[in-house]
Amino acid sequence: MNAIVKPAQDVRVEDKLFQNRYLVDAGRPHIKVAPHETPSAALLALTRICPAKCYEQNERGQVEITPDGCMECGTCRVLCEAKGEIEWNYPRGGFGVLFKFG
Amino acid sequence: MIEEKFDAIVVGAGMSGNAAAYTLASRGLKVLQLERGEYSGSKNVQGAIMYADMLEKIIPDFREDAPLERHIVEQRFWMMDDSSHTGMHYRSEDFNSDRPNRYTIVRAQFDKWFSRKVREAGATVLTETTVTELIQDAYGKVIGVRTDRRGGIVHADVVVLAEGVNGLLGTRAGLRTPPKPETVALAVKEMHFLPQEVIEARFNLRGDEGCVIEAAGTISKGMTGLAFLYTNRESVSVGIGCLVSDFAEAMESPYALLEDFKRHPSIRPLLEGSEVKEYAAHLIPEGGYRAIPELCGDGWVMVGDAAQLNNAIHREGSNLAMTSGRIAAEAIFQVKSRRDPMTKDNLILYKKMLDDSFVIKDLKKYKDMPNLLHTNSQNFFMTYPQLVSKAAQNFLHVDGTPKLDKERETTRAFVKARSRLGLIGDAFRLALAWR
Repeated sequence: MNAIVKPAQDVRVEDKLFQNRYLVDAGRPHIKVAPHETPSAALLALTRICPAKCYEQNERGQVEITPDGCMECGTCRVLCEAKGEIEWNYPRGGFGVLFKFG
Repeated sequence: MIEEKFDAIVVGAGMSGNAAAYTLASRGLKVLQLERGEYSGSKNVQGAIMYADMLEKIIPDFREDAPLERHIVEQRFWMMDDSSHTGMHYRSEDFNSDRPNRYTIVRAQFDKWFSRKVREAGATVLTETTVTELIQDAYGKVIGVRTDRRGGIVHADVVVLAEGVNGLLGTRAGLRTPPKPETVALAVKEMHFLPQEVIEARFNLRGDEGCVIEAAGTISKGMTGLAFLYTNRESVSVGIGCLVSDFAEAMESPYALLEDFKRHPSIRPLLEGSEVKEYAAHLIPEGGYRAIPELCGDGWVMVGDAAQLNNAIHREGSNLAMTSGRIAAEAIFQVKSRRDPMTKDNLILYKKMLDDSFVIKDLKKYKDMPNLLHTNSQNFFMTYPQLVSKAAQNFLHVDGTPKLDKERETTRAFVKARSRLGLIGDAFRLALAWR
């Protein structure tokens, strides 16, 4: 059978996040990545599976986070907190994503 | 922050937290509810289907003013391959009763309403306040919470942990372990707005009638997952979720998965011309009975998603949340009425009451399902949907092939894909886990 669905690899998450309301706590990121030389498989996976694409590799191959578009789901915590690869908190009260519909 | 001591502090204003806070306050207890969002509901994400029976037990006349979207008259379950779906639909006029059983809701709006009820019942609700830590005495008894407000320590006889699926406070206090990648699903969803009459025409609905589509198959690319489409009054919620461990292994991007689902030829026409107004992500507890942590201890109880109370097979969560919140509150009220201390020995009443309810009974019934679906995800989410689709197409395609030959071909396809023993084994394992 022909697969007539084209894979949606062209989709930009930025366009999706643009619809959301956020109150960014500037200078106080609620998630931090621990310093590392080479990222673990789990940390690397976050660059693909974080639903807000907050994680990206820098030019040295290390994984960095910009949590401005974070939807506070906890996926990265579930994968990486136990081994100390990331530090995960909720944003301060009132900050972060504000769902209009949820 | 607040000098006075409370009978109970409820952490979180989702379904379970609101149910607990409302029930406690209605019974005359002095309640403080803490919510980190701008308003109750601003951090909450759900499909969302709301179950009337469980809300009726808390607020019997909720239909008078609760913001309900549509009552559900039609349920569709679709098994999908890349170009088809094989559907099981159930629609009944009986669902058009005076007191419908299930409604679609928009959580931010519904939660605002629920929170108003909590305030009216007499609870103090403090929003924009993140609880950072549980305060324990020298013996480990929870005696209050620390918040991120200035001087933010508040004391109470008991803390109701309704903090949601991540269970951050419970984990930090050593009351539970964090969720594991194979026991939580990551779901992403979008809100698609369409004119009311367009939704009604596309889904064959009149007035407040609603339709629900749930779909599984190749759309999750071999991962254990489920997609959904719920009709609201003027919007359609579309989403897909898969186990976090599967996402990590397959390195699939959740928004690309959602995009593929939306572009599926069976879904695309239903969303044509819609305006997307929000994109959300959330974790769903999927570990079932075996993933439930300790439900109570000295000075605390755990309810809702925080206690991983979610029936993944029936896609029920909010009702288990509301019920556990209500039951925890009733247990606390009983202990309080007897003037007994909020110790584990006394609060175990909550666990006993929950064990006797549908919440634990249902989760126990399906205790082996999460493992079965996870370890056989390729078969259940790729192989079988494709086989079923091929069988249906073979059955419906009229080309002069004798029917007997067609049936043989279908049987051969099933045997070739899974072997006779494999088919029997799958059926047996499924039946056993379902029992």
